[in-house]
Amino acid sequence: MVSRPHGGKLVNRVARSKRLEHLRAEARELPRINISYERYIDLLDIAHGAFSPLEGFLLQEDYLYVLDDMRLSNDLPWTIPIVLDVDPEEISGVKEGDDIALYYGGEPVAVMRVEEIYGWDKKKHAQSIYKTLDTGHPGVKKTLEMKELLVGGTIDLIKDLEHPLIHRILWPAETRILFREKGWKKIVAFQTRNVPHRGHEYVQKAALTFTDGILIHPLIGWKKPGDYRDEVIFAAYEALIKHYYPENVTVLAGLVMNMRYAGPREAVHHAIVRKNFGCTHFIIGRDHAGVGDYYGPYEAWEIFDEFPDLGIVPLFIREAFYCKKCGGMVNEKICPHPEEYRVRISGTKLRKMIREGKMPPEYMMRPEVAKVVLSFKDPFVH
Amino acid sequence: MSPRELEKRGKYTTVSIPVTLYNRIKKLIKDTGFTSVSQYVTYVLREIVAAHEEARYEEPFSEEDKKKILEKLRRLGYI
Repeated sequence: MVSRPHGGKLVNRVARSKRLEHLRAEARELPRINISYERYIDLLDIAHGAFSPLEGFLLQEDYLYVLDDMRLSNDLPWTIPIVLDVDPEEISGVKEGDDIALYYGGEPVAVMRVEEIYGWDKKKHAQSIYKTLDTGHPGVKKTLEMKELLVGGTIDLIKDLEHPLIHRILWPAETRILFREKGWKKIVAFQTRNVPHRGHEYVQKAALTFTDGILIHPLIGWKKPGDYRDEVIFAAYEALIKHYYPENVTVLAGLVMNMRYAGPREAVHHAIVRKNFGCTHFIIGRDHAGVGDYYGPYEAWEIFDEFPDLGIVPLFIREAFYCKKCGGMVNEKICPHPEEYRVRISGTKLRKMIREGKMPPEYMMRPEVAKVVLSFKDPFVH
Repeated sequence: MSPRELEKRGKYTTVSIPVTLYNRIKKLIKDTGFTSVSQYVTYVLREIVAAHEEARYEEPFSEEDKKKILEKLRRLGYI
């Protein structure tokens, strides 16, 4: 059965019809706060229910609970604080209880009820979420660059996303109905920010063996330089699914969400988000949501012990590699052969080959997928 | 509420269980990862509460919502 949304209610704060007209008119008269693209993405996730039960940016009590206990103040698991930062100057004159208009790209995108304006400790935030204060970590760097104050309160979205891949983006209400329409009861989600190699395919098919269908869910949002571009990931997956997956077992849809590289905490957050999309299971692989060497390779598995009430089943699947003796893709648990037979797939090596325009070997990447990736002049984010 | 007030504010409350159950749990959790009866009880209760909450859920979509979404899914080739 499609998973119940986190907290029991799928949030919908997308203004429509008369209410939309009214809010758009009102927004032009309200104090204006300009927000970044990343905050706009958080707004979209809140409004469309991906971040259920959140109905806006966190109030201080919830924020502090999330930092300290990885739960909201109502005890519901929640591991990544979703906050809106502002400068004191831009919020001056605004008091708690007022409405403000959030602007992105010169246009009002949401109306927000300001319930609280509060200070925060950026270093405590970074240490709690990212387990480091090293500014080499992209999330720490971003945190330290954020503004001095946080504003909490509910939002109403008045301008929805415009994106070249909009035809590939489904929101929770849509996937939940899609899964029911397909008659799927057990649905596994696979989160990705990469083009698929043989290891990914192995992991997905291992999970598919025990479920009715898989939601392949590439992230569309802020990424770090060196990540693959969204359109490359989609084109690569379309090729893989066309040639190597049975019909009607996959849904390929984009997820608009920021990547925080918070390792274990973010793994739980990703699971909660997929629960909101209706999934019953979520694949957690090696170093999920990690970056560099900040987290242990399987540290993102251990954290799930603290959440017996998460409401979505984590599937811990070990790194796949090619074993020359087994004659196929395997993992540590099922391959008895020594290291000399094992050929590991390195994402870094793959990127290097693609950057150099070289065709990766077949044990690393399906040739149909590689051809598509190499057809892009510049497949990487700068 | 200031951060200090939130800190002072208790995060825990007392619930009574029979002594016999307490002792039974204490015996059960010996040599496990649970460091106290409270920790074990919190863990188990969260699991049970979540399961009960799950059983009560009904999807909130109106027929009109559902129709619009199905049209979009067909248009995009998902069904």
